[in-house]
Parts: sequence; structure tokens; C-alpha cells
Amino acid sequence: MGYALNIRKCIGCRRCVHACVAENNQSRGTRPGEKIEWIQVLRMERGMFETEKLDHGYPEGLGIQVGGNAYTPAGQVLEGQFHYNPEAVPEKDATYMPIACMQCEKPPCVKVCPVRTTYREGDGPVVIDYNWCIGCRMCMGACPYWARRINVTTPVLPKAEMNPVTHYLGNRPRMRGVVEKCHWCLQRTRQGRYPACVEVCPVGARKFGNLLDPESEVSKILERKNVFRLKAELNTFPKFFYFYD
Amino acid sequence: MQQLIRFATDYVGYVLKGGAKFYAWMGSLAVLIACMLYVFYLQNTEGLIVTGMTSQIHDGLYFANLVFLVGVAAGAVTIVFPAYVYHHEGMHKVSVLGEMLAITAVIMVMVFVFAHMGRPDRLWHMIPPWGIYSFSAMLGWDVLVLNGYLILNFICGFYYLWCKYTGNPINKKWFIPLVYVAIVWALSIHTVTAFLISTMPSRPMWHHSMMPIRFICTAFAAGPALIILIFMIIRKNTRFWIDDSAIKLLSTIVTWCLGIAIFLTLSEVVVELYARTEHANGLYYLMFGLHGLTGLVPWFWSAVVLMIGAFILFLTPAVRNDVKRLPIPCAMAFAGIWIEKGMGLIVPGFIPTPIGEVTEYHPTFVEWLMMLGIWAFGFFILTILLKGAIGILLGDIKFGGQAATAK
Ligand code: SF4
Ligand code: SF4
Repeated sequence: MGYALNIRKCIGCRRCVHACVAENNQSRGTRPGEKIEWIQVLRMERGMFETEKLDHGYPEGLGIQVGGNAYTPAGQVLEGQFHYNPEAVPEKDATYMPIACMQCEKPPCVKVCPVRTTYREGDGPVVIDYNWCIGCRMCMGACPYWARRINVTTPVLPKAEMNPVTHYLGNRPRMRGVVEKCHWCLQRTRQGRYPACVEVCPVGARKFGNLLDPESEVSKILERKNVFRLKAELNTFPKFFYFYD
Repeated sequence: MQQLIRFATDYVGYVLKGGAKFYAWMGSLAVLIACMLYVFYLQNTEGLIVTGMTSQIHDGLYFANLVFLVGVAAGAVTIVFPAYVYHHEGMHKVSVLGEMLAITAVIMVMVFVFAHMGRPDRLWHMIPPWGIYSFSAMLGWDVLVLNGYLILNFICGFYYLWCKYTGNPINKKWFIPLVYVAIVWALSIHTVTAFLISTMPSRPMWHHSMMPIRFICTAFAAGPALIILIFMIIRKNTRFWIDDSAIKLLSTIVTWCLGIAIFLTLSEVVVELYARTEHANGLYYLMFGLHGLTGLVPWFWSAVVLMIGAFILFLTPAVRNDVKRLPIPCAMAFAGIWIEKGMGLIVPGFIPTPIGEVTEYHPTFVEWLMMLGIWAFGFFILTILLKGAIGILLGDIKFGGQAATAK
């Protein structure tokens, strides 16, 4: 399985986040730590250089400059930027970057798990057996994409809101003290359906398919578009690709 | 066999007897332990939500103490090594006390592991044949070497005491090699603990190869500093006399390990802050705060003051040569390293998160209580072990002899 996301198209509406919460029985709740969202949409400032600031820099007042300050940083991920709350999307001064588990081909999270409860399935996704996880949180430390969440308490999941179509390694309700993350909607994709986030995206920024099939949409994107992976230098080989057209 | 039972009963009988001071001490520790049990119960019914840990900062006070205490356990080797390799007279007399400290520290580490886990009820999942042991996981290795170290120290320590008790000569054929193994093993436990966090490129603050040596330096400063403090207490409260030469040597070890540790910290600061890449954000947060969040800044600077202050005091002849004043820099070094290696190393590794979120971690009352309780538990065990050991070393407990009362 493989995933591709068109970052030029994403408008930051976060429908994918909410669809994911509903589909995958994530904990709702209001106390800190109780609310779990696997997908985060990062909001990035559009930065710029300004003429008034041309001779600003540091150190100030010494007549030399080892660094300038003519810019406002662009694309930097700043504090709490996925907690943005705009009146309407897309905002003029921002771009968006959704992020979730990359289903790495060489997942560092799997390597550090002392009980092998998290592993890569044959068809690609990295999964967790919630019944076997001891909650040591080593995998959370090892993941370079902050994809994993810990259930700090019994997940808050009202009966009426539960999605009854479940998968053992996927969206079945979790228990207190274990780690969870995105698994590409195993309960859907193994039945030939799209993940919930792909289905809900209003602008069609999200593409999902079979990397082994040269005719699939993802394969075509890899073949024709400019594609990149996040933190490729860490050799995790994500199967989640970003592209733009 | 009969000897063994006598050993156990004599030992317990000796340890149980004590003055009012002894009972008051043990009693107050027991109260703290009871509190710990209660918060442990709370944590395992309510969940980790009663702690300050979140998905962003998911290792906190417990993990910090765990790392620190592995160092204390390894630090016991600063007694055993001079005793058996350099045949240092004063150290040889007390080397078994170092082993008792190592046993205690490892047990405390394990209790902290229990406190840290999201599902301590499932820890057996790590132990074959019932569970799965993963050779690729550093945590697995850590558990393995820690248990090995516990067993080694238990055997070495209690075999020595047993021989003293029965009056049999020590069988050097296997005892000495085992002591050497334990010495090397001490290095391994702390190295693996350093690897635990330094092998994660996702956390740039930890991802450097200096971690193991820094851990060992700080361990060989904090460990013996604690040992000196304990020795002073022993000298004061029992008839057991610990040679000045032993304390001198230990304080020299503390001084120079502390010096190297300070040097390593300064190197890190220069390397990280000169280039000031995003990878230095964690350190920057620790030293000055980030985006207005400054929760760890006082911690860091107090650690710096404590460590450098202790170092200077250790170098001052008036303090260094005066056994009465020595506890001051020792306590400073111990506290400074506890901060530097605990809260000051573990928590900023998570700030910012790999996707750039800056949040803060404040340990809750539950966490502080749990920590206090576990330390109390540690001192409880340590008191028992040391008291018994000293009793045997003094000859108060002897096979066939009358069990005498300790002061
Ligand atoms: S993104 Fe993180 S959780 Fe997902 S497979 Fe990679 S390392 Fe594991
Ligand atoms: S928290 Fe669970 S999945 Fe993660 S490393 Fe520990 S046991 Fe494995």
C-alpha cells in the first residue's frame, strides 16, 4: 500500500482529522491528554523579506553582522501550529501540511519495541497489537514524525459514536495505557475501500493505492510528479509521499 | 543447609533490633512507601492521566530517576574497582557495602520501571518463554544487563558476607573472576542505558555518541558522592570505622569525574549553540526557554551552579582535606547531577516534538509522591542491607556466636 498527498491542494480544513477520529474510534474527551487525533494538519506561515529590515541583524550595534533579520521565517513549524482556529480556510498567509504515520519501510518504532507488539505487516502498514503493548513508550520516542499517541486513561468513546466495523490490528477500541497510531484504515483498505481521510478530502489532495500495481494512482504519481518524503535523511523510507503539481 | 537457615535468621534477627532512632527512621520510610503504593494504585486505575505526561512529553520524572539510578548502581564500582584491582586496603574493607548499594539502586530502577509503564501488569510480555524478548530493542538489553548486574552483585556481596559469617575462607578461584566480571558489567549497564536514548535520531538533543561517556562520568561522580555521604552516616551511627584513605580516594574520583562531566556539558553547549540549528532547540529550551516557555530554565541553571560550585569546593584544600566539610560538596554534586541527568536531559529531548510543537511538562503531585516513595523504599532496603553487612563485618553476627545487638 502507498499514500500520496498533494500539498498544493490542501486547504487546511481538517475534515480528514475529524473523519479519522470518527472512523477509528479515537478518544474524544476534554481533559488534557484525553483527546487523541492521529492526523495533524500543520499550518505554515508564508514568510517574507522586508526592505525596512534590511540592516537589522545580530549582533546589534557592533557594525558587523553574522546574521540578518530581514525576514519573517517561512515554512517554519512553530509552537502549537496545528491548534490553529481560523474563521475560514484556506487562510491567505498560510500553507498547510498534513502529517500522520508514514508507515515507514524501515520503521524505527518497530526496532525499539521490547515486546515486538508493533510490526510491519506484509502488505505495508505498521500495526500495533494493543493487547500485547506494555505501554513503555519507546516507540513514541523513536518515531521521527510524532505519529504515535498514548492512551493516558481509558479512551472516551460514547457508545452511540462507536464505529462497529473494526479490525483487530486497526480501529477496535483501545484500552488504557497502550499506544496507538494511524494504520491506513485496515478495516477498510483490506476490503478494497479507501481510507476515511481519502474519502472525505473535499479537494482530492489525498491519494491511496497499491504501490506494486504500475497502473494505480499512487504509482502514476510517483512516476510523473515531483515527489518528496519527510525527513528522508533518516532512512526510514516512508510510504507516505508528498507531491505538488 | 542448616548453616544457611541460621545465617538468614541471625541476619534478620540482627537487623530487626535497633534503637528508637532506627525505628523512627524505618517508620517514616514506611509511611512514604504506603503513599507510593496508593499513588501506584491510582495510576493503574485512572491511568497516566494523573501524571504530567502527555503524548508530547511521554517520559518524565520516573524515566529521569531511572536513568540517574542506573548511574548510582554503576557508581558502586568505584569502590569495588580500587579494592580488587589496586588492592586498596581501606576500600577492600568496605567493598561489600558498595555491592549492597548497587543491589539497592538496581531494585529502585526496577520499581521506577513499574511506575513508568502504561501497563505494568503486562511486563511479563518481555520475558520468555511466556513473552517475547526482542534483541533489537535497547530496552530489552537494558533489562537484561540490569538483571545480570543485580544477580552478580547479589552473589558477590552475599558470598563474601557468608564467608565472613561462617569463617570459611573465600574461594578465590571463582570469586575473583566474578568480581572482575561485575566491574565490567557495571560499565555495560550505564552504556546500554545511554544507548537507550542516544540511538534515536528522531530526538536530536540525545542523538550523539558522547552520551555513554557522559553518563559514566556523571555516574562516577554521583555514585561515590552518595557513598561518601553514606559512609559519614555509618561512621557516626555505628561502631564500624571507615578509613579516611577510602573517603579520600572516593572524593578524588568524584572531583575528576565531575570535572570531566562539566567539560563535556560545556562542549555540548558550544557545539550546539555555535551553529544553532533547529536540532539545538531542545538545549536552547533548557538553557533559555523557547517561545516564552521557560519551565526548565531554573532547573538547568541550578544544576550548573551546584555542579561547578561542588567542583570548586572539591578543589579547595580546606574542604577537600576536612572530612567534616566534605559532605557539603558531595550533596551539591549529587543534587546537581540528579537534575542535569534527569529532568535536564530527559524532558528537553521532547521539546520541541519532532513536528515542532513546544509544550511543557510539569510533574504532578502524584509523580512527586511516587518518586519520594520509591526513594524511601530504596533507603529502606539499603538500611537493611547495610546494617546486616556491617553486623557481619564487625563480627556481631557469627555462626555459632550469640547474636549481639547493634546500636
Ligand atoms: S511514522 Fe513513526 S509510527 Fe509510523 S511507521 Fe514511521 S516511525 Fe513508526
Ligand atoms: S509502547 Fe507498546 S508498541 Fe510502543 S515500544 Fe512499548 S510495547 Fe512496543
